[in-house]
Amino acid sequence: MTWIDVLDGGMLTTVQDLGRVGSQKYGVPESGAMDGLALRAANRLVGNADSAACLEMTLAGPELRLGAPVVIALTGADLGALVNGRPAARWQAVSVEADTVLTFRGVRDGMRAYLAVNGGIDVPLVLGSRSTFTRSALGGFEGRALCAGDRIPVGAAPGPPRRPGRLLPRHAVPVYGHAHSVRVVMGPQDDAFTDEGIRTFLAETYTLSTQSDRIGCRLSGPRIAHRTGADIVSDGTTLGSVQVTGDGLPIVLMADRGTTGGYAKIATVTSVDVSRLAQAMPGDRITFVRIGLDEAHALLRGAHAWLDAIRRPGAEEEDPAAIYDEDSGATLAAEGCVGLASALGVRRATRASGRDMVRAGMPGVVVSVAVGPGDEVAERQTLLVIEAMKMHSPLRSPRAGRVGRVLVTPGALVEAGTDLIEFDSTQARDDEHDDR
Amino acid sequence: MITPPRVLPAGDRALVVEYGATIDERVNARVRGLAAMLNAAAPPGIIETVPTYRSLMVHYDPLRLAVSDLESILRAADAGLAAEAVPERRTIEMPVVYGGEFGPDLADVAAHHGLSEDDVVAIHAATDYLIFMMGFMPGFPYLGGLSPRIATPRLSTPRSVVPAGSVGIAGQQTGIYPTDSPGGWRLIGRTPVRLFDTARTPPVLFEAGDYLRFIPVSARESAEIRRNVASGAFAPVIRVERTHPR
Repeated sequence: MTWIDVLDGGMLTTVQDLGRVGSQKYGVPESGAMDGLALRAANRLVGNADSAACLEMTLAGPELRLGAPVVIALTGADLGALVNGRPAARWQAVSVEADTVLTFRGVRDGMRAYLAVNGGIDVPLVLGSRSTFTRSALGGFEGRALCAGDRIPVGAAPGPPRRPGRLLPRHAVPVYGHAHSVRVVMGPQDDAFTDEGIRTFLAETYTLSTQSDRIGCRLSGPRIAHRTGADIVSDGTTLGSVQVTGDGLPIVLMADRGTTGGYAKIATVTSVDVSRLAQAMPGDRITFVRIGLDEAHALLRGAHAWLDAIRRPGAEEEDPAAIYDEDSGATLAAEGCVGLASALGVRRATRASGRDMVRAGMPGVVVSVAVGPGDEVAERQTLLVIEAMKMHSPLRSPRAGRVGRVLVTPGALVEAGTDLIEFDSTQARDDEHDDR
Repeated sequence: MITPPRVLPAGDRALVVEYGATIDERVNARVRGLAAMLNAAAPPGIIETVPTYRSLMVHYDPLRLAVSDLESILRAADAGLAAEAVPERRTIEMPVVYGGEFGPDLADVAAHHGLSEDDVVAIHAATDYLIFMMGFMPGFPYLGGLSPRIATPRLSTPRSVVPAGSVGIAGQQTGIYPTDSPGGWRLIGRTPVRLFDTARTPPVLFEAGDYLRFIPVSARESAEIRRNVASGAFAPVIRVERTHPR
């Protein structure tokens, strides 16, 4: 029996498994991992059953300390994970010592990462699942997102630990990017839409809204025309249902959706692409592609074959000592604009610009600004608070220094990459925490 | 008029068996009948079923059960429905303290219709309400059968917290909040019964297809029931009757 100590909860870190099955008829949402494929992969890498519970970490990852030597795996989004300060391998089983500290420097690709630990996160089963449904304070760790001071129990390993170094072949590791082609099966209520409405849905590009969360991915873009209206007599929902509300905009229902809904559903996102959508960041571009049910099932079989690639030892598994992904570290240094731990993926300006600029990692609204020009700030001190994904997230300083200019005020809408705070460039640069 | 169901895909892991597009007790009875048959037969590959007003959502594992086979199972089950024994009718009695601090909107509902508070209580408590489905939040029953004489629009400004057990009216609907929640329903009373408890199996006291009957009780009786609920000694009164074929 061991545990994980939470030093910082990050933006939204919850315990999730494959979801709560069998209670939807009582109105209990399914919950579970938003990216079920990444969760399964993480579990297989460390030798857990697919259904074991993991931590789902959103955008700005947590800070964690592992209580005992364990085998871990990180899958899903690249949140800039560091194991004791060194870039951590993703999609690979890694052996770590007791008191290892896991931190995240900020998002580089995707939205949600999964941490599996050999033995699984061992919170109590509630209605057959360990998944957290925060809205009803159900399941998970005390029914809520993790925060500093929590001690999360880890179960006994189900067998001898997998050999560290076990990995998903590199060519099979997903790269998410910011444009997502999402395959759908039409229906069940596509007959509630005009032909023009269906053409709009399939031809236009939508943008993921900052109002998206674990309940649904809200999209903005051209309006989809209903035949007679958006309302239907409520019927069931499923993971990936695309409902179109009265304003003509689609919402893709996700893990924490209500079990029933009263809006017409034009289509349903394929299981495989629900995982993809779970990795889309607010501001990302989404297009929908219609496929047949047979093709969707073939895709799902393909995804399971992809998972099975983990089970087979491959040529890339030769180096069991490869705990750190040095290749990834090199990429980090080359980019030189990596985000920060516990912040919204703040990016540092490249050296070419000669300035130290803190930028927004994703679209949102500035709620408050905590510093002013001339202020001396410490590393990790909160600079400002941004609301995105319906949550307030502190944006922390990448380093110690003096604030030069503050370029936003409360209420400002910011896009990914918007300049927020500029460090005083006349001050000597503190290279101690440089990305290299 | 019951038409043969439409079987529609809801993505690659669910089918919808749709019996109609209206709120109708006979349509709903078919939905629940199909759910009961499938749950009893428990064909491998069906993960769970979710009954709603007018359709049954059937979640399945396409890696274990081909969709064409599932559709055959559903068609056969539907064909067997007519011959299926009519299920017994369960009515769960739900004690409610009406008015006062437990039902802060009772006076407004009465005034809206030119009735006395006692009239509203008598009308509300005189009906067996059919639970068409559960949804909206864990343990929330969608009830049918509210008398139009006490149907009342929602509050213009929802409350930020409605206490668990609150009984309310919203338009043509009446219902109970199973857990503390924001809400805009007009609150006319409150039950001391705990509707949703994950420590119980099942976590709910009633399911879609059951009926609810509200029984007016005094604040003192309610307090005693609340103590019994807390100690685990409470069991709701459930009336069971055989019903006639539909």
